[in-house]
Parts: sequence; structure tokens; C-alpha cells
Amino acid sequence: MNQKQTIKIALAGNPNVGKSTLFNTLTGLKQHTGNWPGKTVILAKGSFSYKGKDYTIYDLPGTYSLLSNSTDEEVARDFIVFEKPDITIVVLDATTIERNLNLALQVMEITDQVIICINLIDEAKKKGIIINENVMMDKLGVPVIKISARNKVGINLLLDTIDRMITGNISTTPYQIKYSNEVEEKLKQLIPKMDKIVGDDISPRWLALRLLDGDESILKTYMRRKQMGEGEEKSDGYK
Amino acid sequence: MCNNNLISLDQAEIGDCIKIKRLEVTGTMRRRLLDLGFVPSAKVVAVQKSPLGDPIAYEVSQTIIALRKEESSKIFGEVVKNESKTDD
Amino acid sequence: MGTNNELKQYDEIINLANSLSSDNLRDEIVTNIYEQSKSICNQTIRYQSPEKLRQTEKLDRIFTSKIFGFPIMLAMLGVVFYITIAGANYPSSLLANLFNWFEGYLTMFFHWIHAPEWLYGVIVLGLYRGTAWVVSVMLPPMAIFFPMFALLENYGYLPRVAFNLDRLFKRVGAHGKQALSMAMGFGCNAAAILSTRIIESPRERMIAILTNNFVPCNGRWPTLILLSSLFMAVGLPKTMGTFVTAAVVMGIVLFGIVVTYFVSWALSKTLLRGVPTHYTLELPPYRIPKFWQTVLRATLDKSLFVLKRAVVIAAPAGMLTWVAANIMIGDTSILMYIVQFFDPFGQLLGLDGYILTAFLFGLPANEIVLPILLMGYLSTGAMTEVEELSAIKHIFVDHGWTWLTALNMMLFSLLHFPCGTTMLNIYKETHSKKWTFVAFALPTSIAIVVTLIVAQVVRGFGWV
Repeated sequence: MNQKQTIKIALAGNPNVGKSTLFNTLTGLKQHTGNWPGKTVILAKGSFSYKGKDYTIYDLPGTYSLLSNSTDEEVARDFIVFEKPDITIVVLDATTIERNLNLALQVMEITDQVIICINLIDEAKKKGIIINENVMMDKLGVPVIKISARNKVGINLLLDTIDRMITGNISTTPYQIKYSNEVEEKLKQLIPKMDKIVGDDISPRWLALRLLDGDESILKTYMRRKQMGEGEEKSDGYK
Repeated sequence: MCNNNLISLDQAEIGDCIKIKRLEVTGTMRRRLLDLGFVPSAKVVAVQKSPLGDPIAYEVSQTIIALRKEESSKIFGEVVKNESKTDD
Repeated sequence: MGTNNELKQYDEIINLANSLSSDNLRDEIVTNIYEQSKSICNQTIRYQSPEKLRQTEKLDRIFTSKIFGFPIMLAMLGVVFYITIAGANYPSSLLANLFNWFEGYLTMFFHWIHAPEWLYGVIVLGLYRGTAWVVSVMLPPMAIFFPMFALLENYGYLPRVAFNLDRLFKRVGAHGKQALSMAMGFGCNAAAILSTRIIESPRERMIAILTNNFVPCNGRWPTLILLSSLFMAVGLPKTMGTFVTAAVVMGIVLFGIVVTYFVSWALSKTLLRGVPTHYTLELPPYRIPKFWQTVLRATLDKSLFVLKRAVVIAAPAGMLTWVAANIMIGDTSILMYIVQFFDPFGQLLGLDGYILTAFLFGLPANEIVLPILLMGYLSTGAMTEVEELSAIKHIFVDHGWTWLTALNMMLFSLLHFPCGTTMLNIYKETHSKKWTFVAFALPTSIAIVVTLIVAQVVRGFGWV
């Protein structure tokens, strides 16, 4: 078999968390679009291999949230929703986890296949921040890995976790944000209707939330894509 | 809660910690501010003025975010403590 | 595929969602997310020494202080320029020698295969020399500037620049982040156009795009540095000379910033009227960057970029210029016709026909303006080597150059139309022919007006 399917990985994270550093560490020089000094504004794409599997990794724009307040956020969100990466790695800054976790929770509303990377762990140690990743893993229901992308700490564990997730040895039950009773009640009314249209393609709960929030663009995009051709792979759409 | 205690963020002294009560901003800017952590009940510390006095940097949810007067004057809260004075 | 049915379901859902939706829902959602993040963190993270978390604040008290903020900024800019200029000399001449040495072998080879004169001209004198010039003149400053820039960026200093300067930008209706796209412009305007995406509001972003050209990019640096060291730092000892060169270049840069400021103001009063829109800027924590990692990546990424550009753009331009200089109509080359056409106008601006022609031919890439100019002066039809600086000065002086010519060429280089790549990017980003045209016409008219005024004033006072 030399026609191996490449596995698609997305890197999400707030700005300034060292996402690009991790991207560089993983891909080395195998990048297709150089991201120009530091900040990733365009979607950079790179590749690497591990244990005989080929991976393509996409460096999403750094955003605080996925609630579509800007083009960057829309790009990041649409990629996770429509391009359906096999794994989405959310990179957190160990020194500002509280803020970063917001994005992680939002990603976990969209997809199950999530790995949390706590980056800059050496920096956190210096500042006397102690993170119990086991408890966090319990709470979040997805793998949580401490890394330092620039010092290449924890990269092997990350690669191994990716590998085991792809082979199905790790199953996840991502934490779902609970909303107020009022909102949850509304969701209950909407979600069943959602199933008929989107099926398993998009998390109905997440989509219902977006609709309640007045954002119809996702459903529209979904319908358009569906008409253009059932589930056509559009992996190069973000070249 | 007495309304007299509410001040807008731009009126805060450097070092003041303010608990946000309400935002009088609408549209995209409101969404953006919310995303950055300027949510009701969040605590914000005024940390640094730029050399020319505006914008002012605030620490919110572990990050330092600079806001112009146009925005910070529409975020209201109450001073809960002044870090530079005491910590008791 | 039952599209009608689906559309009906779609409408039904939207209607239901709308009827359920409420105004404060977004607030509630976001607040909920924040609260739950916080509660998870409280259960998993301990902060042992809160005072250590205050380091960034302490540094900000210096870097953005009322007293030191601006001096530190200017000093940093000056140091970066000085190191770039002082450090680039040696490797530049080394590379030039290397290319010369290899050209000897190329020439031998072409003689050996009895290649016709025109083939030798196109390939060696046009293509090879064009590429060699760009690489040897461009690569060293680039290899020094970009890593320093990356170090400052990775350290977290650049956002502070945007913080310090925002008030000034706001006053002219622009965005503080424009300072960042300008900083990138020092490297490459084409890339800086892409970087304006960090500015969310369209109006301010357009201002940043249209004015970015007033920041001299890497391709124009050699022109500025060379002319400044040849004509402004005359008769000074070496260290002092480098210092004066850096000071003059910095003066030109500051002038570019003043023009940016003025044009931003004018645009937001006319074509791009409107009030400054919302603004938020993150000031990330200071972090000591991994030195070699940063340096290596910046050099590697940018060097490859420059090499590619040299091959893709400078090489054909070099070839084209050779052809234009060697195809004769009557006893005058095409190039000379163009030069003669522009000459009266050039003289008016304190320049000459050769200089304007060089800028025109240099449209694909600013890097090749100077070599084309030298080529025209020598009328050898080939680009010259960068061996002897004094020899270059000789050529200029022989063609009637004074310090005014040098100054105005620097000003024209600073202010004139953006390079081809930049304009292409502007078109791609704005999707508008009109704005791309403005991006071309606006700087060009300013360049003409400024050089015209300078020339007339200087001549009027009899300073040259």
C-alpha cells in the first residue's frame, strides 16, 4: 500500500501562545506557506510523519474565541467545522490557562477529537505555577499534555497521543459547557429539529447554540456545501 | 447596589481592581470585549497608561489588553480594592 | 435531492431559533464559558508565587513609561539600523567577490563554446549579473535585519510600540496596529500588506495599506545606504562615517513616517472619511526568545524568500534591461530613447532621465533600481559589479551628480510607487482596481511634488 491517506491535524489557540513554535517544531522545514514574521495571518500548512503515518498539519489563525467576531475567527471555526480535521490540537499558554481554556471549551463543543497542549510549561514552572494535568484530563475528558515547544519537551508524548488517538486507542468524552436552565430549555426544543438536516455532520447542540445566538451563516454554508456535492473532500481549499 | 459607586474603566487609577457590572457597548465591539473577558462579574485591574495617556492597559483574565478611552469609558464597574495601597 | 423539503426545514429552524433568541444571550453564553473555565482552573492550577507574575508589568513601566517610552523606541530603531548597516558591508563585498570570481569562469566557458555575443550578453551580463547584484546587496542586510526584528517580536516588544504610538495614530484616524504593519514594511512591503489583516476595521486597514509604501523596504535600503554613505558621509573616518550614514538613513525613515502620518490624516479626512473604530490590543508577556532558533528560522525563511525573488523577478528584469540597452534603433538604444524622453522632467525634479528610467524598469523589484541606473550610465548595456564604492561615486559625479541628486533619489526611492509584488498584493487584498491605482498614484505624486520642491528650493538658494 503506497497510497496512504494523510491525516489532517488542526492547530488552534489564542494569539501569542507559541502555536507557531509548535507548528515549526512538528513540521521542521516541511511547510508550504511561510508565516511571515511570527504572526500567523494566513493558514500555514505543513507535514510530518510518525510511526509510518503521514500527517498534514494546519496552523489556524490565533483567536480568543470561535464566536465569529472576525475573519480570523471565522476561518478557524469553519476549518474545524467543515474541513473536519482528524484531530484538533488546542494550544494553551501555561501561564494564562484560565483565558485560554475558553477557546478549548468552544472547540470541544464542535468536535470530540481534541488534544489539549499546555505549552510554555518551563515558563510556568519558573513563575511558580503548578498544573495538575491529571485532574484537568479528568475534568475535560480529553488528553492533556504539558509541552514546551521551543525546548522540545513533551513532543514525543504528544506524537504518541496523536498516534493512539488515530488508531482508536484513546476515546474522548469532551466536557460540555452547561448553560443556564433557560438556555438549556431552548436548546432542547431546537436540537431534535437539527438532527434532520445536519445529521452527524455538525454537532447539533453547537449549531443550535449558534442559531440561538443569531448566527445563521454556518447553517447556510452547510446547506450550500451540501448542494455542491455530498461531502466532497475539499482538503486543499485553504492552500 | 448603589449606582454612585460605579465608575467607568477609564476613570480607574492605575492599580485599581474593578469588578465589572455592565457594558454600554453594542454590536461587534461588545462581542469582542466579551470574548476578551470583559464580562459582567469579571475583575479587571488597570495596570499601565501609555506614554501619551491613552490607551490604557488593563489586566483581564490573566492577559493585558489595551483599550482606548472610547471603549473603556463605556465599561462600568465598582472598585473592589486598590492594589497599590493595601493588600490586607 | 429533496432540496425544497430541506429548505422548508431550514426556514422552520431559523424561525424557531429567532423566536427563542433573546438579546442578552451572547452575554450569558460568554459569561458562562468564562465561569466554567475559571472553575476548572481553580481545581487544577495553583499559583505559588504571585509576585513573579508581575514581571511583565514591571517591564512595561519602563518600556511604556511617559519618560522612557519614546526614547527607548527611537534607540531600538537606531540600534537595529546601525547593526544592519555596519554588519552588512563585509558579507556583501564577500558575496560580490564570490560572484565576480564565478563570472570569470562563466565568461571562459562562453568563450570556450564560442557563444555568440548576444547570448553571452543576455545570460551573463543581463541575467547573471542582475541576480548576483540582488543577492549580494540584498541578502546580508536582510539576514541581519530580519532576525533582529524577529527577536524583538518574539520578546514581545513590538506590541508595546503599537501601544505607545496609538494615540498619535488615533489622532489621524488610523489604528495603532498600523505601527506593526509599518515595522514589517521595513522588511518587505509586499508582506506587510498581508500583515495589515491584523487591523480589523476596513477603513483603518485601507489607510495602513495605502501608506505602507512610505516605509522603505529591504529592496530600497541598499539604495538609501549606498547613496548616503557616498554623498552624505564624505571625508569622515570609518566609524564616524557609518554613524553618519545610519543617521541620514534614519532621517529619511523618520521623514517617511511623517509622510505616513500626514497621508493617513489626509485620507481619513477625504477618501476614507470616518471615525476611528473599535480598538483592542493585547500586550503579551515578555519572554526571552530562544536566540539561535529565532535567528535561524528568520534567516532561513527570509533568505529563501529573497533568493526565490531574485531568480523569479530580478533575473528576467536584468535580461530585459540588457536587451533594451542593446537593441539599437538608428544609433540609439531603446533604453536611451526612454532616458532622453524622461530627462527634462527628471532635471526638473533634481534627478535625470536615467534615474527615472531606472525606477520605471525597477518596478518589478526595487532591488534592481541601482544596478539598472549604473548600467545606463556606463552604457555598457550590462549591470556593473559592486566592487569599488569609490568607482561608483565616480560614475555618478561624472554624470553631474551633486548631493542634491543623491538626496532626491533617496526621497524618490522612499516615496515612489510600490513594487510590482506589493501592488499585486494590494489588489488581492482589496479586490479593487481603484484602490490599487490609488496605491500607485498617491505615492508617485507625492514623490514628484516633494522632489520638485526640494530641487527648486535648493537651487533657488544656490546651495548646489
